[in-house]
Amino acid sequence: MAAHLKKRVYEEFSKVVQIPHEEAQAKKLRLSKPSKSAALHVDLCKATNSTDALQYLLQFARKPVEVESVEGVIRILLEHYYKETDNSVRLKIASLLGLLSKTNGFSPDCIVDDAINTLGNEKSHQVLAQLLDTLLVIGSQLPESPAVRLRLIEVACKHLSDTYFGVRNKCLQLLGCLGLVDAPLTKDSNGPSSSSGGARDVQSIISNYFADQDPRVRTAAIKAMVGHSGPQILVPILAERITQGLISVFQLQLHDRGMKIHQIIYDQACRLLSDDYEQVRSAAVQMVWVLSQLYPESIVPIPSSNEEIRLVDDAFGKISHMVSDGSWMVRVQAAKTLGSMLQVSSHFLEQTLDKKLMSDLRRKRTAHERAKELFVSGEFSSGRKWADDAPKEKLDSNTVNLIASGACGAFVHGLEDEMFEVRIAAVEALCQLARSSPSFAEKCLDFLVDMFNDEIEEVRLQSIHVLREISTHITLREDQLDTVLAVLEDSSRDIREALHELLCYTNVSTKECIQLALLELLKNLNKYPTDRNSVWKCLKFLGSRHPALVLPLVPELLSTHPYFDTPEPDMDDPAYIAVLVLVFNAAKSCPTMPALFSDHTFRHYAYLRDSLSHLVPPLRLPGRKQVYSLDSVDSSCGSSSVESAQLFLQQSLNRVSSIQNLETAGDQDLLNFTIRDLQRLGELQTELAGAADFCATYLRCQLLLMKALQEKLWNVAVPLYLQQNVTATAAAQQILEETYKLEFLYSGLESRQVATIHHVRLQAKALQLILTARTRQGLDLLISSCEKFLQEVESFQRLFLSELPHLQDSFVDKLLELMPRLVSCKPAELVKILQTTLRQSGLLQLRLPEQIHRATATIVEPTGESDNPLKFTSGLVVALDIDATLEHLHDPQNSVKVQVSARLPENLSFSKTSFESSFFNRFRLQVLYPDGQSHVIHPKPGDFRKPGPNRHRLITQVYLSHTAWT
Amino acid sequence: MPEIKVTPLGAGQDVGRSCILVSIGGKNIMLDCGMHMGYNDDRRFPDFSYVTQNGRLTDFLDCVIISHFHLDHCGALPYMSEMVGYDGPIYMTHPTKAICPILLEDFRKITVDKKGETNFFTSQMIKDCMKKVVPLNLHQTVQVDDELEIKAYYAGHVLGAAMVQIKVGSESVVYTGDYNMTPDRHLGAAWIDKCRPDILISESTYATTIRDSKRCRERDFLKKVHESIERGGKVLIPVFALGRAQELCILLETFWERMNLKAPIYFSTGLTEKANHYYKLFITWTNQKIRKTFVQRNMFEFKHIKAFDRSYADNPGPMVVFATPGMLHAGQSLQIFKKWAGNEKNMVIMPGYCVQGTIGHKILNGQRKLEMEGRATLDVKLQVEYMSFSAHADAKGIMQLIRMAEPRNMLLVHGEAAKMEFLKGKIEQEFSIDCYMPANGETAMVTTNPSVPVDMSLNLLKREMALGGPLPDPKKPRTMHGTLIMKENSLKLVSSEQALKELGLNEHQLRFTCRVQLQDPHSDPDTLHRVYTHLKSVLKGYTIQHLPDGTVMVESIVIKVSSSAEDVNAKVLLLSWSYQVQQSPVIFSSEPFNQFLFSSSRKGFRHTR
Repeated sequence: MAAHLKKRVYEEFSKVVQIPHEEAQAKKLRLSKPSKSAALHVDLCKATNSTDALQYLLQFARKPVEVESVEGVIRILLEHYYKETDNSVRLKIASLLGLLSKTNGFSPDCIVDDAINTLGNEKSHQVLAQLLDTLLVIGSQLPESPAVRLRLIEVACKHLSDTYFGVRNKCLQLLGCLGLVDAPLTKDSNGPSSSSGGARDVQSIISNYFADQDPRVRTAAIKAMVGHSGPQILVPILAERITQGLISVFQLQLHDRGMKIHQIIYDQACRLLSDDYEQVRSAAVQMVWVLSQLYPESIVPIPSSNEEIRLVDDAFGKISHMVSDGSWMVRVQAAKTLGSMLQVSSHFLEQTLDKKLMSDLRRKRTAHERAKELFVSGEFSSGRKWADDAPKEKLDSNTVNLIASGACGAFVHGLEDEMFEVRIAAVEALCQLARSSPSFAEKCLDFLVDMFNDEIEEVRLQSIHVLREISTHITLREDQLDTVLAVLEDSSRDIREALHELLCYTNVSTKECIQLALLELLKNLNKYPTDRNSVWKCLKFLGSRHPALVLPLVPELLSTHPYFDTPEPDMDDPAYIAVLVLVFNAAKSCPTMPALFSDHTFRHYAYLRDSLSHLVPPLRLPGRKQVYSLDSVDSSCGSSSVESAQLFLQQSLNRVSSIQNLETAGDQDLLNFTIRDLQRLGELQTELAGAADFCATYLRCQLLLMKALQEKLWNVAVPLYLQQNVTATAAAQQILEETYKLEFLYSGLESRQVATIHHVRLQAKALQLILTARTRQGLDLLISSCEKFLQEVESFQRLFLSELPHLQDSFVDKLLELMPRLVSCKPAELVKILQTTLRQSGLLQLRLPEQIHRATATIVEPTGESDNPLKFTSGLVVALDIDATLEHLHDPQNSVKVQVSARLPENLSFSKTSFESSFFNRFRLQVLYPDGQSHVIHPKPGDFRKPGPNRHRLITQVYLSHTAWT
Repeated sequence: MPEIKVTPLGAGQDVGRSCILVSIGGKNIMLDCGMHMGYNDDRRFPDFSYVTQNGRLTDFLDCVIISHFHLDHCGALPYMSEMVGYDGPIYMTHPTKAICPILLEDFRKITVDKKGETNFFTSQMIKDCMKKVVPLNLHQTVQVDDELEIKAYYAGHVLGAAMVQIKVGSESVVYTGDYNMTPDRHLGAAWIDKCRPDILISESTYATTIRDSKRCRERDFLKKVHESIERGGKVLIPVFALGRAQELCILLETFWERMNLKAPIYFSTGLTEKANHYYKLFITWTNQKIRKTFVQRNMFEFKHIKAFDRSYADNPGPMVVFATPGMLHAGQSLQIFKKWAGNEKNMVIMPGYCVQGTIGHKILNGQRKLEMEGRATLDVKLQVEYMSFSAHADAKGIMQLIRMAEPRNMLLVHGEAAKMEFLKGKIEQEFSIDCYMPANGETAMVTTNPSVPVDMSLNLLKREMALGGPLPDPKKPRTMHGTLIMKENSLKLVSSEQALKELGLNEHQLRFTCRVQLQDPHSDPDTLHRVYTHLKSVLKGYTIQHLPDGTVMVESIVIKVSSSAEDVNAKVLLLSWSYQVQQSPVIFSSEPFNQFLFSSSRKGFRHTR
């Protein structure tokens, strides 16, 4: 019986699989896999007990099911479902139903009724919950049928009174996901209850369950109401996205779907904030937040007084309160949420940083206040005396408010929290709020600066970043700067570099600050010489930001003296260079400054301008007009020159496109010149370097191909022209290499360009095939390479199906026309066809994409030819620091190779490092030893940092080790 | 009404000598057994004779719980257990059990060997006492006996400090010991769940203080040390061996690590080393950072901090030295201080409070010339700094804990009376709960309202649940029917049928009847029929039956009509319903029926009562 059934089903489904292939591959036989449903049915029939059946189902679930057989499988499963007595098997079946309904291209409306029917007879709560889950999946797969959704909602309402929490959870989820909401959805549905305000009903039903006895159900109810939208997704953005259809509306729950939650719920939500269970509290925070975003301006009364405040302020106060909650998950949630409540009034906002100190009932000033006073009084860093912080005035015990009302001190608590997750969340929230409120930014400065001392590096780093982001709003006081600068001695490179970055954007108030910063940076430079570049860059910005503050310092900085000549400082001293960078950048916008320079300063300027041109700006110096004029030309016509260069690029491409066949020498010359022009263009215009380079390389490929084909000698007998073959082989090889570079070294390619590149590659392969046919006589080899080539053509067709129309008249186009013939003919014939097609096919025009950049890598460390080679003893390990900046890489972890080669002078030393981005699709560091041995090292993902868009920084260590060479 | 009694033997409106007696549900528990640092006579230890006039402590106390290893919380323990005599269980956390004997031994040495006191506990007694200790784990519920259970919560303060929840039946007390609500460099913050105890006994050392953020303090401290080191000066930090010393060590250690500093840090040897050893072991009791990183490196394995030798004090160059004791009154810290006091590049940082009369107190008050023994004077040129590192909860912290635990009553100990008074007022005002602050020997009594658990059969529960409508609002109290049977110290709720069966009683039916007189000329059956049709038209949605035996049934209410003998027209309408109907006012509450009873006849037939 089973065998018979099996056979029948095989027949049925194997046919379905075969149809699409019939035309294309008449010759090949494709074995179709036995259909899912058949095997399943057989297995289920075989199963004697529930454990077996469960095993079969589990195995079945691991494999994908084709769309065509889904319905059949579902029928079989349902059939079995009714027969099954064991709960676990039914549960598994129910979950499989949901899984199958998700199959792409399958519309589950045919099984809705069956699924609902199964609910009716189900006794087990777990299975019931699973079935409801399945219905949820089905419902969200059928967004266009309101009738189904109405039915599902009815079902959900019916089971809401189940005693098992899981069932209630699922029902609420169903209601939340499918509950009828907005007018456009209910309008065209003429179901029985849709007209009576379905939305209102769903909401009140769900809100009934806010008081359920089971915390899990309470959570589910809140989630059903507000969905999972964090503060990150703001309501307007969401609405916009829904209208654009970017996210499936039906995956979202009530609020997420744009349904307006009623304000009445606010009170309930606030009560839930003091729930006993953390997940409820956490969800309630979310709900309060959602309400505060929906009704920020409505007025709520303050209990136990007759005052009223804005709802958003009230919510802010309540969520602030949650920052000192018992559960850290809730604290994180609350702290994060605070950051996105930008509409809160400044009065409440500033309270978050407020903490009234007292000692023995007498008011005390905070250390921050004291520091500020010291600063205002003109006394700085006096060192604290005993009882300096002695409490001042006596407080009236009635006015002291111990329970923070409202937002009092929320961030003070959050920043001192035990868990670093909370602290980070608080820092981020501070950042968000400070960006929108300058006065708040000013206030939170002290707190952020304090965070620089946190015990966890991540937190320190984050707070430095945050300070950088809000630094446009603030000016650092001297004492604050002092604290900030203290971090420069941190042994972590990330921290120091982040701080340099911060200093680039900081405003300081006095010349003493500049001096202090310079001093500390020089100290930093002295302690960590590797920071050189970063420190210089930092000073560059510091100088150009504060020319007026640097001016009075110049004589001191350059140690000039009105009467005496001072000794000329060492030009190679990084500290001296640092000072010069500061001064020169300040001098750029301060024309009086150069008058203070001594002679050698001018000489040094010329030298630095040349060697460190990215750090030293062009200056208007007396007697150095020519430098100035050239630079000004460079900078002034920047934008227009880019345009003209673009035009030029386009024109040269157009010119080349007129070439059809490269039979004439003139065409070759034209190509040659164009390539040269493009290369020069790339050097001149950095913005277009990528594009120009790309074009040039492409054209070079074409040129090589044409040269190889142009040989008049193709018709002559083979052995005589071996020489000729060699050049052609080399050309084919080079083209292949170049095409790989074209494909992988440039970012911003579209599929059109990729197709073009692949096309060239295909041509090169054809060329290779022809050459193989001419040189080697082994027939087997030829046959196999022919087959390989045909496969390549096929895969090309598959990959670039959409691009084929653009490739008319090209090599591939012709080849595809001839394809049926090619498949059937003998290798020799094939080669002949290829040869003619190849020679007839014209040049494929290259169209430039919008943005194209060449991936580049700059090695900062180690510097190429080092004077003192790295020595290592055989058998032991030596670590080599690698610091490189990678630009325009999509996925540096996976796309770059670094090659480190060790050379072998007498003393087994290591001297040269070369860096090369190549087309290996995994990132690796390759270490080449002199004996040809090579090691491949994968850098950790943590070694990559992302300082800017399209920029990556790799800082890692390579361990070198080798046994003794003899 | 049951009561919980709390009597402080020490620490009532006072700091030091913590010892609190709690009687709850017939159990007597002693919380902490500390000594007073300020006294050298009998007042040093709690008055144990108060507990039992003459009897043995073991008979009276069910258990002793020690919250942490500070001597003012455990100093009298060997005295009580060995010299007074107590053989019951003593509970403390693992770290406390490990570190406590070290401190006790040190304390014994100072009192006996240095001060020459006799009649003091011996080393052997400490050992014997520790044998009676039962260790506790965090959040582990320990059954002391069948009814009494205790559970420890994390308290911060020092390594191994715990808050304890004591529970008998549904009554419970939480004792906080000393705790800290703000985390520091090596310990986390105190935490408790919403356990809603009947009494929360909290320390209140800083009842009137709200402290500044710890970050400023730390930053100041580090900055001062750093500046001094950069100048080439030496820094002396007098500390007591345990607690703050470790925090400061970690602070400096990480700072040295971060800033790549090379100057040596020394820690005077002695019991600190032993204690550090235990700190290394009890990583789970430390804060998040140390717990997370100890796999790579145990933070208490100091890289930069080395043991101090007397001769190092004369070494040239900068250094930082931690030395005991903390108030510069004797010992190594004083010796080093004398050596370094003459150089203005040097610095001394006092991390804690100094008692009047100590050198620490003098220099903090700005005295620049100190008189030493033998009329020698010492010029103090070095810088004197003060930094307060204290690990008690401040007023806000205490309030935060109350909010976390939601107690029904509050009781303050371990603080000064005046300060408590303030906090008491605040607590009563903010939380509207009662707050007590008994002095030593005074007893605070709190009556409780314990809930009495009753067994109930599932069937009965389900049946009653089904009656009560849909599920939501289960938090509201709900009435149900059943019979409460008290039998052999247990309570049982059963359905009335079962109760009757168990007790062997017959069931009695209780019926309520009511007579309504009305005037109607028709015959009895006709009148009944008219009533029937009228009811039928008025009461929609109820089952109304006209039975052949001459009655009308509305649900379970029976209506009969009889005419009186004298007046044929005067009909008497007899209504009869059972007790159940009276209880579940399904019909009686329905408006139409009431109307029918009292006014319908006005329309249909005139009636009199």
